[in-house]
Amino acid sequence: MPRHVVATLRELPPGGRKRVAVDGRDIVLFNVGGEVFALADRCPHQGGRLSEGRLVGLVEAAEPGRYTWSRGGEIVRCPWHGWEFDLRTGRSRCEPSRLRTRAYDVSIEPADPGPVETFAVTVEARRIVVDVPGR
Amino acid sequence: MDDLRSGGIDCDIHPAVPALAALLPYLDAHWREAVVQRGLDELRTVDFPPSAPLSARPDWHGASSVAAVGAEVLDPFGTQIAICNCLYGVPMLFTEDMAAALARAVNDWIAREWLDQDPRLRAGIVVSPQNPEFAVDEIERCAADPRFVQVLLPVADELPPGRRAHWPIYAAAARHRLPVAFHGGTTSKHAPSAVGWPSFVTEEYVGRAPAFQGALTSLVCEGVFARFPDLRVVLLGSGVTWLPAHLWRLTKFWRGLRMEVPWLDRPPAEIVREHVRLTAQPFDLPADPAQFGAILDQLGSDALLLFATDYPHWHFDGTDALPAGIAPALARRIMVDNPRATYPRLTETVS
Repeated sequence: MPRHVVATLRELPPGGRKRVAVDGRDIVLFNVGGEVFALADRCPHQGGRLSEGRLVGLVEAAEPGRYTWSRGGEIVRCPWHGWEFDLRTGRSRCEPSRLRTRAYDVSIEPADPGPVETFAVTVEARRIVVDVPGR
Repeated sequence: MDDLRSGGIDCDIHPAVPALAALLPYLDAHWREAVVQRGLDELRTVDFPPSAPLSARPDWHGASSVAAVGAEVLDPFGTQIAICNCLYGVPMLFTEDMAAALARAVNDWIAREWLDQDPRLRAGIVVSPQNPEFAVDEIERCAADPRFVQVLLPVADELPPGRRAHWPIYAAAARHRLPVAFHGGTTSKHAPSAVGWPSFVTEEYVGRAPAFQGALTSLVCEGVFARFPDLRVVLLGSGVTWLPAHLWRLTKFWRGLRMEVPWLDRPPAEIVREHVRLTAQPFDLPADPAQFGAILDQLGSDALLLFATDYPHWHFDGTDALPAGIAPALARRIMVDNPRATYPRLTETVS
């Protein structure tokens, strides 16, 4: 799967988000507590930009009235109709097997050493790489 | 066609208490005297005004007599089993104790004067939703008689039906494999329409469908079916064709607001298709019977509809109780298979 350098961690600090285009596709990156996620920036419902959505936690209930909250910031709500998507899988919370947006594999790799000179590698300079299937 | 339209299970007929005096033998000494001393002579609700055409078909006069019900509805339809649903005015009372006493009286009256008189008859249990504890006691008392096959509640009561105050009733019903049947009509504790008090019977009657929508939404969203996975709900006289659009709307908004009701772990339309059944009279048909198939497709299941005449209410003439345009296999499902699947007690007592 073709790999694309899309940003540096300096551009995407924890709590940050960034919209990038790879091979004609819009992708949104979220840094949640140092972990970076990449989703297609398009809600499968009507195409809302998830990059403009709020990040929330996961609300579940084993039975009526017993709310549990976990995974703070790992769910994005589409800004148009509030559908929730799991940043780790791209699956919706409402109908996960049927409604989903694409989630891309992300890796964080050392800063590009450059062709000649070596620079001090800092965390901020590390590169975010997204695997995007070819067309 | 005659074969197709006979031998069914009629899930909604309405025997009528002729007058409160008929219940006196079934009240204890205190309540018997109280009814007489207070001058109570009638608890008929305003839901079916006696002279309104929909209240009784012109050729159906006998709702207070078991012999007439046999001649007017059981025999002509070749009915195998018919379920008597007689809410009377019990849920409309404001006093819990009187409501509980009258619920007991109505149930004993039905058992002695109807179920004992015609082996084709079954009944819903009248309870006092004013006090869920008393309602549970009455369910426990009546459940010993297998001819009681469901619990009856009014669709528009003081609280939305999904609220947890009612849950003891649902727990008892589920425990005894009794579906909970909501019947159209209001306890008059709120305006029967969401926009206020209507002027005309027509408005009130048409407004029952939205009341059923509200009740259904409440049951689903409050998590009644998540808490009581074995519970079945029957909507009596709700009309049917509003359901697909309502489920589209409910499911659509649930997708975006799921976190309010996270106990709903699948689309509300699926939950309703599993847990809720509707009687097929009245039906609110399109003018063109060919469109019936489209409605069925939209309902998404052929298990939802239960045959009913809604005797003595006037929705159709002759024996045309099934919607026009229905295929024979589906007619059989509606008339026999679906009622049997909905009411476990029917298969226990009918062999």
